[in-house]
Amino acid sequence: MENMHDVVREYVVNEYVEDDTEVTNDTPLISGGIVDSFSMVSLKRFLENKYNISIPDDKATPEAFDSVNKICTLVKEYIG
Amino acid sequence: MAYSEKTRGMYSDILTGLQDAGLFKMERFIHSPQAADIEVEFPTGSSLKKVINICANNYLGLSSHPDVVKAAHEGLDSHGYGMSSVRFICGTQDIHRHLEKMVSEFLGTEDTILFPSCMDANAGVFEAVLTKDDVMISDRLVHASIIDGIRLCSAMHDTFKHSDMAHLESKLQLHHDRRLKIVITDGVFSMDGDTAKLDEMAALCEKYDALLFVDDSHASGFIGKTGRGTHEKYGVMGKIDIITTTFGKGLGGASGGCVSGRKELVEMCRQKARPYLFSNTIAPPVVAGVIKVLEILSATTERRDKLEKNTEFWRKGLTEAGFVLKDGDTPIVPVMLFNAKLSQDVSRGLYEEGIYAIGFFFPVVPQGQARIRTQISAGHEIHHLEKALDAFIKVGKKYNILGKSKQEIIEMYGM
Ligand SMILES: Cc1ncc(COP(=O)(O)O)c(C=O)c1O
Repeated sequence: MENMHDVVREYVVNEYVEDDTEVTNDTPLISGGIVDSFSMVSLKRFLENKYNISIPDDKATPEAFDSVNKICTLVKEYIG
Repeated sequence: MAYSEKTRGMYSDILTGLQDAGLFKMERFIHSPQAADIEVEFPTGSSLKKVINICANNYLGLSSHPDVVKAAHEGLDSHGYGMSSVRFICGTQDIHRHLEKMVSEFLGTEDTILFPSCMDANAGVFEAVLTKDDVMISDRLVHASIIDGIRLCSAMHDTFKHSDMAHLESKLQLHHDRRLKIVITDGVFSMDGDTAKLDEMAALCEKYDALLFVDDSHASGFIGKTGRGTHEKYGVMGKIDIITTTFGKGLGGASGGCVSGRKELVEMCRQKARPYLFSNTIAPPVVAGVIKVLEILSATTERRDKLEKNTEFWRKGLTEAGFVLKDGDTPIVPVMLFNAKLSQDVSRGLYEEGIYAIGFFFPVVPQGQARIRTQISAGHEIHHLEKALDAFIKVGKKYNILGKSKQEIIEMYGM
């Protein structure tokens, strides 16, 4: 099975990184300026489509989306 | 009085911090009307210096055109100085509606509504026409005023990589389930001078049933064969659902802006846009001036043709001299220096030679992309541009950057 961390990290890099910045599972994404909170919505929608879940807006906070690890923790809460 | 020493100290510290970071902005006082030749007091308190201005948005050279000045005088006499009211109470004159009709005609749209500025148009339009069931998909380099408008709107917001049509298409697919989708872009991007691919964008919007929004502030009056804007250049007049633009740049340069497009959307702005409802519109003499500007531009393409020739001359001259430019064909011609301090030094050197042009660096442009943004005008004569070119070459030699590649300049000066 695909590793969720790899899937999420790959999406983040393709979607948001336009230079050679390296992203690890711990890299701060929003507080680090890689993902602007404006563009977070596509990440949320990608996760919802990919894992067939629905993340309530009040849980999709910049803090909860601030690293690949945190995102995976959040997603796992909603996977059945 | 609650402005304590502690509060004052807090703000002084913030301001000092800006100064230390090199982010503190200083105004330079111009003592003459806006034109190719201006008189500048800089630094403050020094005697006036005559310089050639190559950093104004005065693309068509109409800011101080005698016919426009005369029309504004006449408007002042016939319609007074101010309205002392917002539009829908008692702040609308015949000339306001007349100007709206002229703008629709000029841009090839169904209807138009004036705003105090294009900043206000962008701040008000999204909230007026969209709801939380909709999605706004914007280019990542749109102007700050659009970002503010997006922030004020409850619709979902997403972005696409600058001018990346495949990425835009993926976003249109991702958000297929929203009630309305609107794609948002600048027509001409003000920092790089490149244009949005409106033909491809219009086709995508048609395919995915999305609205298309274009801010044509740096295009209205001169981009396209008859100067109607970026939509004319790309052959998609009539296919842009919302155009916002300013009267504060090419179209006379005073102030004011508008939303122009589908008549129901314009009417939604008239009913709901807050900067329209709660702020005075454009003052009568300025309205009269803009009307004259549109009369001039509708009668002849002379000015935009001259601007095009001037721009070609300028790009060719700088390229042959060996500067690194951003590619493009608009009158915004960025001379790339990459290093922030170098851009300031070159700007200062040019000023000593009688040329007024400003260095742009982070955070206005991305780190490592510092530049002098030059802006060409139909108000320039070839002798202005020749003098400016000589100055650029002299300063370029001094810093040894002529004929050097991006890599070589960065090796010499750093990012
Ligand atoms: C793309 C763009 N939109 C809007 C504006 C704001 O125009 P105005 O001066 O009419 O508020 C500007 C001006 O800086 C601009 O560059």
